[in-house]
Amino acid sequence: MTTLTAQSIEEIMSRHHDVFHRPLMERLRAPLIAAGLVLYVIFAWFLFAIGSTISNGNWDIAGTYLADWISYEVRPDVEYDGDYLKVEFPRFSPLGDNPDPAWLQKTTAQVERLAVTETGGGIGTENSTQSGGSFMAPGAPGTQAGGSGVSSGGSFMAPQADVTTEAPAAPTTQAEGEMLSEKVVTSVNLGIGPAKVEILPGLVRVNYRDEELLIDVIPEQSVIARGDLPAWAVQKVADGDILMRFGFAGSLEVESDEVKIRQRFLGWENFWFDTRSPYWNKNFSEIFGLITSGERIDPDRSNLALAWSNFLNNAEWQHADVWLKLLQTIVMAFVGTLFASILAFPLAFMAARNITPNRFLNQFLKRLFDFLRCVDMLIWALFFTRAFGPGPLAGISAIFFTDTGTLGKLYAESLENIDDRQREGIRSVGASPVLVQRYGVVPQVLPLFASQSLYFWESNTRSATIIGAVGAGGIGLKLWEAMRTNADWENVAYMVLLILATVFIFDNISNAIRKRLMGNDNRSH
Amino acid sequence: MSTARPKVGLSPQGQLIERHWQEMLRTRRFYTWGGGLALLAVLAASLWFANESNAGKFFDRLPHLFDFVGDLIPRDGWEIWRALFDLPTPYADGSLKYNYPDGRMYLTDNFYVPEYVYKMVETINIALLATLVGFAFGFVLCFLAASNLTTRRWLRFFVRRFMEVLRAFPEIVIAGFFLAILSLGPIPAIMAVAIHTIGSLGKMFFEVVENADMRAEEGLRAVGGNWVERVWFGIVPQVMPNFLSYTLLRMEINVRASTIIGAVGGGGIGESLRLSISRGHEAKTLAIVILLFTTIVAVDQLSATLRKRIVGNQAFAFGSGD
Repeated sequence: MTTLTAQSIEEIMSRHHDVFHRPLMERLRAPLIAAGLVLYVIFAWFLFAIGSTISNGNWDIAGTYLADWISYEVRPDVEYDGDYLKVEFPRFSPLGDNPDPAWLQKTTAQVERLAVTETGGGIGTENSTQSGGSFMAPGAPGTQAGGSGVSSGGSFMAPQADVTTEAPAAPTTQAEGEMLSEKVVTSVNLGIGPAKVEILPGLVRVNYRDEELLIDVIPEQSVIARGDLPAWAVQKVADGDILMRFGFAGSLEVESDEVKIRQRFLGWENFWFDTRSPYWNKNFSEIFGLITSGERIDPDRSNLALAWSNFLNNAEWQHADVWLKLLQTIVMAFVGTLFASILAFPLAFMAARNITPNRFLNQFLKRLFDFLRCVDMLIWALFFTRAFGPGPLAGISAIFFTDTGTLGKLYAESLENIDDRQREGIRSVGASPVLVQRYGVVPQVLPLFASQSLYFWESNTRSATIIGAVGAGGIGLKLWEAMRTNADWENVAYMVLLILATVFIFDNISNAIRKRLMGNDNRSH
Repeated sequence: MSTARPKVGLSPQGQLIERHWQEMLRTRRFYTWGGGLALLAVLAASLWFANESNAGKFFDRLPHLFDFVGDLIPRDGWEIWRALFDLPTPYADGSLKYNYPDGRMYLTDNFYVPEYVYKMVETINIALLATLVGFAFGFVLCFLAASNLTTRRWLRFFVRRFMEVLRAFPEIVIAGFFLAILSLGPIPAIMAVAIHTIGSLGKMFFEVVENADMRAEEGLRAVGGNWVERVWFGIVPQVMPNFLSYTLLRMEINVRASTIIGAVGGGGIGESLRLSISRGHEAKTLAIVILLFTTIVAVDQLSATLRKRIVGNQAFAFGSGD
C-alpha cells in the first residue's frame, strides 16, 4: 500500500493549481445561490401564506373528494315518523326511483292508524299521512320510546281523536279522520362497512370496533349518547347532532329529526346505463340476451340501437358529449399544429439568413415569430373566443398563431445550421434557386422539421386541454364545469383517464414516426 | 477493334439496378401521395367537424377575426399608461372601466405598486416557486430512474411511470382539485405547475444522467464510496450545468403555464386579463398584454443568457421532455 508523502502531495497541488486554489468567490458561489434560494422559499412561504392556507384547507372534504373519484355514495335518510320510521332516498339516487337495497333491512308491521284527509285543500293523499304525524306531536310528546309498533299504534289514537273533535284550529280546512291500514317500518338494520347500525324509533344502536354506542333521540329536541362517545363519533354541540365516521365505508349522522346514512360503494355508479334506461341494473348476460334475442323494448328501434343510444345519452356520464369534446381537443391540436407547420415552413426559409440574404426580411420575420410566440397562447385563445365564439375554431387559431411563432423560430434555427456543401453541389450543376433549396436543403432538414412538429403536436394535445377551460373548445371546459360542482369527481376521473389514454396513444404514435424519420440513434429525441 | 464503340446504356446488372431503383421510387411516390391524401382527408374531416361543433361558423365569423384589435384601442394613447401605472384618468366615471387608482397596492403610505405589476410579480413568483419545487423533487427522483445508477428494475420502472403520470396529468385538474379544498388563491396554481414540473424535469434529468460519463463514479466506487457519495461527487458535478439549463428552460414554460392556470381561477395576471377582456376594458387589456409580453420576452432573454453562460452554445433539444 502506497502512502502519499508530503512532497508528492505538494507536487500534485502545484500541478493542479486551479483545482486546489480556487478563488473565494468561485468556491462560495454554489452555496450562496443555494442559500439564496432557501431564503426565497421562506419568503414565498410567507408571501403566499402557505402554512395558514394549508392548515385552513378543508382536508376532511379532500378525502371525500378523492374517494368520489372511484366510488359513490348512497344517501338514504331515516326519518322519525311518530313511533315509526320512514326511509327516504333522495330524488336522483343512483339506485333508481324506488330503491329497496338488500343492505338496508327494514322490519315492518301492519298497523291501523289514523290518516287525515283535507277536503278542499287539493293536496295529495301522500301528504295526508304526514299531517297526521304532525297532529300527533302535541298530543303525545315523546311517548313510549322504543315501544312496539302495534301497541303504540293503538295508544296514540285517543288523543288524536280529541284533536279532531274539539280543535278550533282548523275551521277553514276541515280535517276528517280516516282509519287506514298501512305498512310501517318499525326498525332499520344496516351495516356500514364493519359497523353495525340498528335504528329504532327514539334509539340508535351502533356497533363498531368492539364498542357499542347507544344514542337516545327525542324527536325535534335532542340527541343524547348513553355513556362516553368513542373516538369515532363527534358531537360538536351538547345534545346536538352526532356524526360517526366509519372510514371509507361511509358515515352516519344522528340528528333529532332524522338519521342520515352515507353508505359508500366502490366503483362508478350507472356507468353504462342510467336509471331511466330499461337496461339499467341488469348484468352483462341479461343485457346481452336482451340485445341478441329479446323482444323489442322500443318498437321503433332494435334493442341494440336502443342500448347504444341509452349508453351514449347516459344522463350522468354523458358519454357522447365527453367523447365529442375529447375529439374536439384532438382536432384542435392536430389542425393547429399542421397549419402552423405549413405556414412556418416557407417563412422559415425567408427568415434564415443563409438562405435569404436580406437582413431586413430576416429580422422582420424573426421578430414576428418572437411576437407570435410571446403573446401567450392564453391571450390568443381569449381573443379568438371572442371572434369565433366558444368552440374548437378558437382553439385551432390560438394554437396556430402561437406555434407558427415557435415552429418558425425552430425551423429557421435548424436551417441556419445546415451543411452548406450539398447546396453548393446542386448549385454547381446549374440548378435554379428553387431547385437548390428543394434538393440541397429540404432533404437535410425535413426529418428534423417533421420531428419538431410531431413533438409540438403531442405537447399541444396537452395544452389544448387547458385553453379549453377559458372557452376555446374541447374537453377543458367540460372538465372545469365538472370540477366546479364539487360533486362529480367521478366524471372528472373518467375524463382524466380518457385524456391520459389519448396523450399516451399520441405520444407513442409520434415517437414511432419520429424514430422512423430520425433513425434509431437519436434516442433522446 | 479500335473503332468498336463501348456499348451505350447499362449493363444487364445496371439495368437490374435501374429497374429496382424505379420500382422503389414508385413505391415511395405511392406512399408519399397516399400519405398526403390521407392527411388531407383527415384534415378536411377535422375542419368540417371543428366548424360544425363551433358556436360561430368559420366563414360567418371570419370578418370578425380581427375584432379583438378593436377591443384593444383605448380612448387615447395615454390611457394605456394610466391603466398600467394606476394613475387617475380624466374619463373616470365611477365604473370599473376607469377605476385604475383603486387597484393600487400601497407598500408604505406613499409608495404603491400598480395592480397589474403586482399581479405579474405574483404570477412570476408562482412560476419560480413551482420550478424550485419541481427541481428539488425531480433532482431526487431522476437518479432513481436512471438505468446506470439504479440496478433495481422495479424501482426504476415505478419511478419512471410515476413521473409519466405526473407529466401527463392535466394541470387544470390538479388546480381545480386544490381550489376546491384550499379555496381561491395562488397555492392551487403552484401545486398544479409544480407537479407537472416534477414529471417533466425528472424525465429530462434522468436522460442527462444516463448519458453521463461513468468513470468518475467508477473511481469513487473503487475507493469504497457508497451510493449517495458516488452520485453526489461522481455524477452531480458533471450533470449540474445541464440540470440548471433545463430548469431555466422550464422556468420560461412555467411563467406561461401559471398565467394560463391563473386565468381559470388560480389568481395572478391571467385572471385580470380574462376579466378585462370579457368586460371589454380596452386600456386595461392592452396594458396587461404589453406587461405580459414584456415579461415573457424578458424572462426568455434572461434564461437564454444564463443558459449560454452555464452550458455554452450547446444546442437545446426542444424535442425532449415536456
